[in-house]
Amino acid sequence: MTVQAVIEEKLRAGLSPVFLQVDNESHMHSVPANSETHFKVVVVADAFEGLRAVQCHQRVYGLLSEELQSGVHALAIHAYTPQDWANRTEAPVSPECIGGQ
Amino acid sequence: MDVLDTIRDQIETNPVIVYMKGSPNQPQCGFSARTVQALMACGERFAYVDILTNPEIRSKLPEYANWPTFPQLWVGGELVGGCDIITEMHEKGELQSLVKEAALPADES
Repeated sequence: MTVQAVIEEKLRAGLSPVFLQVDNESHMHSVPANSETHFKVVVVADAFEGLRAVQCHQRVYGLLSEELQSGVHALAIHAYTPQDWANRTEAPVSPECIGGQ
Repeated sequence: MDVLDTIRDQIETNPVIVYMKGSPNQPQCGFSARTVQALMACGERFAYVDILTNPEIRSKLPEYANWPTFPQLWVGGELVGGCDIITEMHEKGELQSLVKEAALPADES
């Protein structure tokens, strides 16, 4: 199973999201082709209701702690409640890589 | 000093501090660059720690913060978030008010 698929499965199981999109953005960074190091997650779930942004992200990080310790280097998280999500059309674009480790 | 004491000391004595890759003038990662750009736009002084030259902090802070990646912005001793949160707060105008409020006591002393 790809890392991307594992991330999707764990987030579905842990948050029952009403919307989930996981993009592998590794190609935007200085890593070999077909790497699974940089991901972007857009997740919309009732579970985020009442939480501050930092707490929403900590929920996501918590579910993916194994992946973050074993090769996933960057995780862009855009976590919304269904109500927040209704007020926007899309998640922000991730920054371009500028080198470095 | 133990590295955790160093971290505690840094976040307690600096009302606004960012842990990043590289320096504000020469960030070494797109996420750090975007975060520090938003922070600089707020017009207040802030402290920074380059985690690339501080490997002990780099290895210990994620566990302390319950936050696995960098950059990390701390304001008033609390973790505010990483690049995504900071960017969105900046776009909504929330970052500037948070940072200005945190910087106030230092200006008065």
